[in-house]
Amino acid sequence: MPSKTMDVPKTGFSFDLCRRNDMLTKKGLRSPSYLKTGTTIVGLIFENGVILGADTRATEGPIVADKNCEKIHYMAPNIYCCGAGTAADTEAVTDNISSQLKLHRYHTGRESRVVTALTLLKSHLFRYQGHVSAALVLGGVDVTGPHLHTIYPHGSTDTLPFATMGSGSLAAMAIFESEYREGLTRDEGVNLVTKAICSGIFNDLGSGSNVDVCVIEKGKKEYLRNHLTPNPRTYISERGYTFSKKAEVLLTKITPLKELVHVVEVGGDAMEE
Amino acid sequence: MSIFEYNGSALVAMVGKNCFAIASDRRLGVQLQTIATDFQRIFKIHDKLFLGLSGLGSDAQTLHQRLVFRHKLYQLREERDMKPETFASLVSAVLYEKRFGPYFCQPVIAGLGDDDKPFICTMDSIGAKELAKDFVVAGTASESLYGACESMFKPDMEHEELFETISQALLSSVDRDCLSGWGGHVYLVTPTEVTERILKGRMD
Repeated sequence: MPSKTMDVPKTGFSFDLCRRNDMLTKKGLRSPSYLKTGTTIVGLIFENGVILGADTRATEGPIVADKNCEKIHYMAPNIYCCGAGTAADTEAVTDNISSQLKLHRYHTGRESRVVTALTLLKSHLFRYQGHVSAALVLGGVDVTGPHLHTIYPHGSTDTLPFATMGSGSLAAMAIFESEYREGLTRDEGVNLVTKAICSGIFNDLGSGSNVDVCVIEKGKKEYLRNHLTPNPRTYISERGYTFSKKAEVLLTKITPLKELVHVVEVGGDAMEE
Repeated sequence: MSIFEYNGSALVAMVGKNCFAIASDRRLGVQLQTIATDFQRIFKIHDKLFLGLSGLGSDAQTLHQRLVFRHKLYQLREERDMKPETFASLVSAVLYEKRFGPYFCQPVIAGLGDDDKPFICTMDSIGAKELAKDFVVAGTASESLYGACESMFKPDMEHEELFETISQALLSSVDRDCLSGWGGHVYLVTPTEVTERILKGRMD
């Protein structure tokens, strides 16, 4: 057992710095902004499964912090989850529940169900009363068929045939509302998801770059990373950049790294009795 | 004013061919007053893994101590050094633990992994990982660093060219930021050696 003073993992959040940080805020030092995925994420049910889609932009205020991030998170082999909101929260909450699902699979020896993931996610989010700001689109195919859910940061959930979330949700929903129908084929579904994400990319400033798609069917899944790249880089200089005047160096210290020594055992009398 | 702007900092890491470089400025200030011009923001975790911490200086030092401690525990238990990817997950977990009362630090992690594959990554102050193939930036000069790196970076640079590129990107960026500067500190790591250089910069 680790002693109480040891700095080893405990579960749950630590509120050690809250008082200090409040004090600093009261002194007029603004708290920082976090990495957000001001996002377009969507999902729909097609004839034999679920398709999830996401854009790939991460923002920090008005700055594009990551032009090609991943927003479709792995939950279980048959379940994936798109995340919008504070990037650290979506990442941490999906990772956490994903581990819980894996332990549950080891325990039961059965494939995870989408409702199990849904309940775990919503109870985690409800416990934190919306302070863990993750807005999720959860999709998967299990023994009871294809499922699609949306989860709001406060822990409420919807069950829908097609869903959108994030800042680009209105742009994406406009496409779904006008073109979605029951019994779409796989290709029609992928195209519709791509079109909805593109609508978010081009009409919502919080979304951008590329389209990621994940198709989940009974017994198989396909993660199409960068399925469409409608915004390739156009401003690369052919010759690159050359520096006429070198940076002035005041001091240089070179440390050679030791080669790893491979110990070869020869004979065997040293250790023998 | 944001708490990130209290001390001022500039951090950047770049990937080259089988090598990487990580660089920072050297200023420690209290708002507009300069306190020190030899401040350390890049720390060695092991021979091929470096950690840069931008943001509040005191939190950078505390966080560094905690991370070194956790890395040493890992070394004792596993009898090997951490892979950069593993270390990034550790940093992310340590930061996310304090989700509702964070350290005011934005880390930059750079290391050489198995078969000397370079790895760079940055995070926000609550541990949202941002992996990149080319370069990552952090600190008060991050906006100008984005611009400088975006235009100066080339894929697969050899180590001498990488050093020149990262140095020029850093020096030109800190000139557009009041809160960082006073020269630079560059670490260039190749599979065989670590080169540490101090750069001369403007002193205004």
